[in-house]
Amino acid sequence: MDGFAHQLIAGIATGGIYASVALALVMIYQATHHVNFAQGEMATLSTFIALTMIQAGLPYWVAFFATLVVSFIIGALVERILMRPVQNAPVLTHVGVFIGMLLIISNATGWVFGHTTKAFPTPFQSDGLLFGGLVSAHELGSTAVTLAVLILVYLFFAHTSLGLAMRAAAYNPRSARLVGIRVGWMLALGWGLAAAIGSVAGMMVAPAVFLDPNMMLGILLYAFAGALLGGIDNPAGAVGGGFAVGVLENLAGAYVVGTELKLTVALVIIIGVLVVRPSGLFGRVVFSRV
Amino acid sequence: MKPLLIAAGLALALVPIWALESFHLFQLTLAVIMALAVLGLNIVTGYNGQISLGHGAFFAVGAYATAIPMSLLDWSFWATLPLSAMVCGMVGWGVGFPALRLGGLYLALTTFALAVAVPQILKHKAVEAWTGGVQGLFLLKPEAPTWLALNPDQYMYVVALLVAGFCYLLTANLLRGRIGRAMMAVRDNPTAAEAMGMDLASLKTRTFAVSAIITGMAGSLSAAVVEFVAPDSFTFILSISLFVGMVVGGVGSILGSVFGGLFVLFVPNLAEAISRSAPGVIYGAILILFLFILPDGVAGLVRRFTTKKRIIPGRETS
Amino acid sequence: MGMTRMLLEVKGLRGGYGPIQVLHGIDFLVEQGSVTALLGANGAGKTTTLRALCGMIRTEGEILFQGQRITGMATEEIARLGVAHVPDGRGTFMELTVEENFRLGAYTRRDGEVQADFARMWAWFPRLKQRWKQQAGTLSGGEQQMLAIARALLMRPKLLLLDEPSFGLAPLIVQEIFGIMRRIREESGVGILLVEQNANLALELADRAYLLETGSIVTSGPAAEIRQDEAIRRAYLGY
Repeated sequence: MDGFAHQLIAGIATGGIYASVALALVMIYQATHHVNFAQGEMATLSTFIALTMIQAGLPYWVAFFATLVVSFIIGALVERILMRPVQNAPVLTHVGVFIGMLLIISNATGWVFGHTTKAFPTPFQSDGLLFGGLVSAHELGSTAVTLAVLILVYLFFAHTSLGLAMRAAAYNPRSARLVGIRVGWMLALGWGLAAAIGSVAGMMVAPAVFLDPNMMLGILLYAFAGALLGGIDNPAGAVGGGFAVGVLENLAGAYVVGTELKLTVALVIIIGVLVVRPSGLFGRVVFSRV
Repeated sequence: MKPLLIAAGLALALVPIWALESFHLFQLTLAVIMALAVLGLNIVTGYNGQISLGHGAFFAVGAYATAIPMSLLDWSFWATLPLSAMVCGMVGWGVGFPALRLGGLYLALTTFALAVAVPQILKHKAVEAWTGGVQGLFLLKPEAPTWLALNPDQYMYVVALLVAGFCYLLTANLLRGRIGRAMMAVRDNPTAAEAMGMDLASLKTRTFAVSAIITGMAGSLSAAVVEFVAPDSFTFILSISLFVGMVVGGVGSILGSVFGGLFVLFVPNLAEAISRSAPGVIYGAILILFLFILPDGVAGLVRRFTTKKRIIPGRETS
Repeated sequence: MGMTRMLLEVKGLRGGYGPIQVLHGIDFLVEQGSVTALLGANGAGKTTTLRALCGMIRTEGEILFQGQRITGMATEEIARLGVAHVPDGRGTFMELTVEENFRLGAYTRRDGEVQADFARMWAWFPRLKQRWKQQAGTLSGGEQQMLAIARALLMRPKLLLLDEPSFGLAPLIVQEIFGIMRRIREESGVGILLVEQNANLALELADRAYLLETGSIVTSGPAAEIRQDEAIRRAYLGY
């Protein structure tokens, strides 16, 4: 039973990562009805930036928060520069721009930072496992950090004016304009926030899987699965879905299919959700967007 | 006029058999194969409006559907083609069906997942005996029949031309006919199409299956031509390359698929000379550039210069 | 002293959707503190006119709000200048609560009287206070219309644009709403531009009326006169 409990808790830890990325995806989806296929690459870039700062001598948490700010700015800039010109273009163009971004960011990251895998430090050190072998310090710490981020984001959206304005702009841009909300800026803010959240996910996962330019692709896939499972138009659902996928992946990897097929688990979850309940567990019923 | 052009084109296509040395002929063969692969993607994305980010997976399936029987069971190349078509069709159906009932976004996600997951599946221990695992499988180029005095390289070039040409003709006929018009109706105005009684989900799934088969054929050809298959040849990057090739060549254009194939084959080689990362960045930059400035791709550009008819962007039928 | 400045002056307004031209050069005025009605049959261009004023469609011509040219300005900037538009379909934020809709109405305000205005709206629309924490989408049609008006008023606008407030509502509710509009005129001095298909009700309330037909103004004048002119009523208003 020890093994099971550890897998469960490890699953929750990775689930926190997936939940964060899933939240970032859903935020952008709600506001623009497009999926940011480059979300993972943006997170990887942020993580490399963080590593550079740490290697330059900055204390971990200073680098952490500085990365959040830089990522926010990058996200907002991407929205203004790349997304703004194509906002009324057909879906194919949008997807294409996301894919183009994915290519450029991922390869530029490799070019600037090199392609070798690097170790990324964790601020949560421990020799061996805590609580009688249940969880490592990093798993515990990373879960705490991702939970903190998710709670802060929730509080921001639910209880601040700006958060309310952003939600309004996402739900009903026309009416939002009519009350004076600058919808364009709300979009840029949303992208910035999503990028910042993604950077947290990157920095929390890098110590475990090591940092290289392709780190986040698999994680992005899991985040998709989580977002779909929870309901792609429901932020709370996406978070729940992310945690669920983390646990499922770990349990399936440990007891069913072995660790090499974990990505396939994501694929199966995605197809499964689409076949059985496309709106996810908590989403609104999907009308075939013909 | 047109039959003359076609005949000239055919003659031109045959010249390289004797004019080019082995390596360049090999490259040209690959260009033909990639053009076919892009055509497959174009059918579903260009003509039917469904976005697939995972056609590399079908390329891989086709490649292995040819490599495994040829390498392990001593089948002839031609015998593997129907098998490849069947398997690709089934996978295409299986993946397309759940996603296509909903919207384009879900297909994009699902095919993305497929593309990322496929290399992992191919490497897995359970199927290693068949797929050769990480090391992959080696096979030998088929020999030409004795009455055809061609070496294997030349023979495969002709085979590739034949298969590709056949698929192109089939596609052109399909698109010009009722089914093609139905596909384009679904792309341009799905609501109206449905109101007119078309079973959208069924049409979209069948189109997807056909496109999977065609790209799978390209995969089969590539296995025989390259004489080697391995999971790492079919990563997510392949799917993206096909996508970029389609956009650059010209979405929804048969001619565009040819340009796309050439692009996919030659640009990475050129770019890699600069640096290891360069291909990716250049790919991405070119993709975005084309989307912003030349959404109809090279084919669209060509058409603008060669026809005097008024063109409605995105509505080409050739 | 001189004449009070015109709240809204429109000259030669043209506009439409894509290649379709709907408005063919219309002129009208809205005086401060008055109610102006814009009447006409379906498809005449009434809703299009309101959209044009708010920069929601492509427009040409002169639109002067308090003497300032707003043609070509972004919708949200026009809103911030003091134009509150209650659009066709009400434009309520369906997924958000009544409270959140209120807060959004007051979003751009920087003065300290927002809470006092909330209280005033609760007094005017008690039902909204009852449904404070409910999702706006669960409200009845009449309540949503009231919510839309409350939200607009919370902007403390100088000009209120109303697009068919009576649409789809039962006669009793419609009376309530027109009563509210009377209160608005009397108590707040906000200028109102009212688009209505129910010409009779509109003319009872309005000071001035313009009749729109296929994108052009065919007649205009004091509301009382138009109401009494049988020929006009029969020709353009159908009664």
